[in-house]
Amino acid sequence: MILSSEEWGIVLLSLRVSLVAVGLMLPVAFALAWLLARARFPGKLLIDALVHLPLVVPPVVTGWLLLLLFGANGPIGGLLERTLGISLMFRWTGAALAAAIMAMPLMVRAMRLSIEGIDHRLELAARTLGAGRWRVFLTISLPLALPGLLAGLVLGFARSIGEFGATITFVSDVPGETRTLPIAIYSALQMPGAETAVTRLAILSVILSLAALVASEMLARRAAGGRTNHVL
Amino acid sequence: MSFDIDLDHRIGDRRIMLQCRSDAGLVALYAPSGAGKTSILNMVAGIITPDQGRIAVAGETLFDSEAGIDLPPERRRAGYIFQDGRLFPHMRVRANLLYGHHGEPPMPFESVLGFLGIGHLLDRWPATLSGGEAQRVAIGRALLSGPNFLLMDEPLSSLDPSRREDILSVIERMKHDLAMPILYVSHDRAEVERLADRIIPL
Repeated sequence: MILSSEEWGIVLLSLRVSLVAVGLMLPVAFALAWLLARARFPGKLLIDALVHLPLVVPPVVTGWLLLLLFGANGPIGGLLERTLGISLMFRWTGAALAAAIMAMPLMVRAMRLSIEGIDHRLELAARTLGAGRWRVFLTISLPLALPGLLAGLVLGFARSIGEFGATITFVSDVPGETRTLPIAIYSALQMPGAETAVTRLAILSVILSLAALVASEMLARRAAGGRTNHVL
Repeated sequence: MSFDIDLDHRIGDRRIMLQCRSDAGLVALYAPSGAGKTSILNMVAGIITPDQGRIAVAGETLFDSEAGIDLPPERRRAGYIFQDGRLFPHMRVRANLLYGHHGEPPMPFESVLGFLGIGHLLDRWPATLSGGEAQRVAIGRALLSGPNFLLMDEPLSSLDPSRREDILSVIERMKHDLAMPILYVSHDRAEVERLADRIIPL
């Protein structure tokens, strides 16, 4: 299957949107996961609920909320426009934001599980060996949470690459700017006689997702290292 | 004074109290399981903060509720040997041994390897070690962190009987060679009588 330049553009845009979304969300999701797994504070339930909101409300609603917040007249959108001259409307950056928000609950859940699975007694052992909190975090907690972190990344990426509802609501369908794979498939479906285009795009989308899955599987195996394989 | 401990702590409805002033090399806390022995070690190590009291080991005050002193665990220089080893599963034996390696250990790296007989294990993962091997590595890791004193929480309990004698003799040699205060916790009368210079029943 040889891709047309338009199809290449769509694939590359989808990749760019998803990678930026997951990359931006990674530190945020990890911090949220850490907070939810380890901290006790009033309002924790509320944060937990807010994090899960994009998972449970219809994506259209998430897109609409993003419009309210980040639109030209929205509190955050207006501020960005005035201070930095940045607008996310009809831009690929807006698509990345929508994808990031939609990926957030899945990423936080995976990471939170793995953080909760860390044996706290190992961290205490490291403290008694002279390691301060930061060193313990970097050398014990983070490596032990790595499988969950990777799982979160992959889930987030898969979610981002398939993101449709919130994106089309928030940044619409602008060819070359916000027309990612799912949106391209949807608009091709609207045109009569575009079955071949739809099929090709659908195949591309499956290949992309499978490639991500395989890559993550390989990453996870490398991360697990030899520690489960017996040396002898 | 190797140990000067006076502490009072409440966990739930249980009250843990200990008064102990001793110059003995190896002080053993002897009590049945569930008497709060591990909690006392955790307080000396800085993992649990006692409600009130004072903990000084080897001439250094680690905790004093009246003076407002409470050193964090990483500054107490306790060589804590846990019941369950607690080797870091994502590091090979060598990295485990060197994790706390700074300051001036009482024995150089090579001597620790020889002393504990663990030189051949350096490239292994903790998951592949036997209980006795893991406990030796845990002891080595504690020694190499340059401790001022050792805390041992039932270091034999996770071992099968044939390995116990092995680790017991290692501990006896440590006590003899290192001249370092050791606070030892056990529920086994024979073990305590063999090792301890002073026994404190709880």
